[in-house]
Amino acid sequence: MTATRIGLLAGAVVLLTVPLWVPGDYYVSVCSQILIYAIFALGVDVLIGYGGLVSLGHAGLFGIASYAVAYTLAAGVGHIAAVIVALVLALVGTALFAALSLRVTGIGFIMITLAIGELLWGLAYRWISVTNGDNGISVANRPAPFGISLNPPTHFYYATLVVFALSVFAAWVFIGSPLGASLKGTRDQPRRMNALGYHVWLVRFCACMFSGLLTAIAGILFIYYTQFISPQTLTLTASAEPVLMVISGGSGTLLGPIVGAALVEIVKNIASAYITRWNMLLGAIFVAIVIFMPEGLVPGSRRLVRALLKARAKAPAVAAAAEPNSGEPTP
Amino acid sequence: MTALAIHQLAKSFGGLHVTRGVDLEVAPGERRLIIGPNGAGKTTLFNLITGEIKPDAGSVALFGQELTRLPSRRRAHMGLSRTYQIITLFPKDTLLRNVTLSLLGLSHLRWNPLLRLDRQRSLIAQAEAALARVGLGHLAHRPLAETSYGERRRVEIAMALAQNPRVLLLDEPFAGLSVDERRDVKTLLFAIPRDVTIVMIEHDMDVALDFAERITVMHFGEIVVEGTRAEVVADPRTKEIYLGE
Repeated sequence: MTATRIGLLAGAVVLLTVPLWVPGDYYVSVCSQILIYAIFALGVDVLIGYGGLVSLGHAGLFGIASYAVAYTLAAGVGHIAAVIVALVLALVGTALFAALSLRVTGIGFIMITLAIGELLWGLAYRWISVTNGDNGISVANRPAPFGISLNPPTHFYYATLVVFALSVFAAWVFIGSPLGASLKGTRDQPRRMNALGYHVWLVRFCACMFSGLLTAIAGILFIYYTQFISPQTLTLTASAEPVLMVISGGSGTLLGPIVGAALVEIVKNIASAYITRWNMLLGAIFVAIVIFMPEGLVPGSRRLVRALLKARAKAPAVAAAAEPNSGEPTP
Repeated sequence: MTALAIHQLAKSFGGLHVTRGVDLEVAPGERRLIIGPNGAGKTTLFNLITGEIKPDAGSVALFGQELTRLPSRRRAHMGLSRTYQIITLFPKDTLLRNVTLSLLGLSHLRWNPLLRLDRQRSLIAQAEAALARVGLGHLAHRPLAETSYGERRRVEIAMALAQNPRVLLLDEPFAGLSVDERRDVKTLLFAIPRDVTIVMIEHDMDVALDFAERITVMHFGEIVVEGTRAEVVADPRTKEIYLGE
């Protein structure tokens, strides 16, 4: 069994047994939140890590999905229809988002996505007839698929875990696919990819759509988790958070955004109970990561393990070389 | 029918005319060498042919098909392939992945988000064959970043040839190579079948003159001399450009 498979198995066992070993419902809910943000960060990582496109407007897409569910449920529509409407609206929103922002790359892309994110936040804040402004919209109930209510935190956690597992699998398939390889090519050498026959803009557009899909899924889970949505969910800080998760965990990896999401959510929800200035702690952690593991926690840890293994393998050889008489009989 | 027909091609960057009224016709299967001092507009001409730069005036046709308004990617699908003066590859990937990307560029498979690329046996076998053709089959799984400059040049050529081009543009394929590497690349270029038309920019006359059947000399964005090797070498304008009056 390879190290990757052992890791996957261990990860699956840990995630499946969370309600058994975490102390209480609050912490089970925090784990649900970690999984939701991990899906969000995975969506952002598709663009940052694999497409070289840093988005500061993804909270807008996240918010579209959340608001769509809340609004349609408030209008008396069922959960399934609400989820479908949310996915369709979020994907239409993503298509417009991509069509506008993919006109440029680099700093230009960041600025346009930031502007779109702020525009959507402004809409959520000022379009009171739809969004209820600063008061937000509440969702009375969580759905009950197959007759199982998702109101208990443990049930909701397992439902989130299933969606999370499917999202990670979808991301794994996408990244390893020919389209995923094309996306990585456009990140590294867009000019070369164009000359090789690739439609660079369309490849990036497809990546945006997949990223938007993951973001929408996270947004739908989020509204069912909090059962409340307000413009606060669409702020610039909310867009920056998944970017920080991706950078701290390691962009261009599937595990990195998950680790980054766990780090940020644990500090935000657990460490904040003990430390008043938890923002400062989070900042210090980011600074430490940038200094000691600039590639992120996951690739940085891999590098560290490789170096340790290499040093361990060299140690006996060095020791043998230091003993000139080794192997010879002593008088 | 000509393989590559360029008519009155012109391009300026502000007040600088990098290509002025260039007319060029390359016959099918021909080996054409383009020479000229630095700044003569040779690479710009390649960029205009491949569509990476839009011309101000003039036209480009490939086997009678007008290309001038087509984007660069469409020209690759029509059989136009190139290598770059400054090696432009994917350093994080293996040699095999580099060539696979080249093959994928012309395949409908490139839009597929559901299949695993590493399980596309046919595509990978073609990529391995392309690498073997340039003598790099044994290094297929090595990351590009761990290869020598000469090997990277050969990867560029493998990528171009993998696309089965009708016209191949080689921009200084011998630049920066050692004597042994030059010999290897030269052997490789001589082995390319005649159904591929080759236009090459090169400064190394010892190698390039052997290879080319016709030579075009460019200077200040214009074609100054064109003809066989003997005609170009004998032309006083060639000496004037390279040695001064």
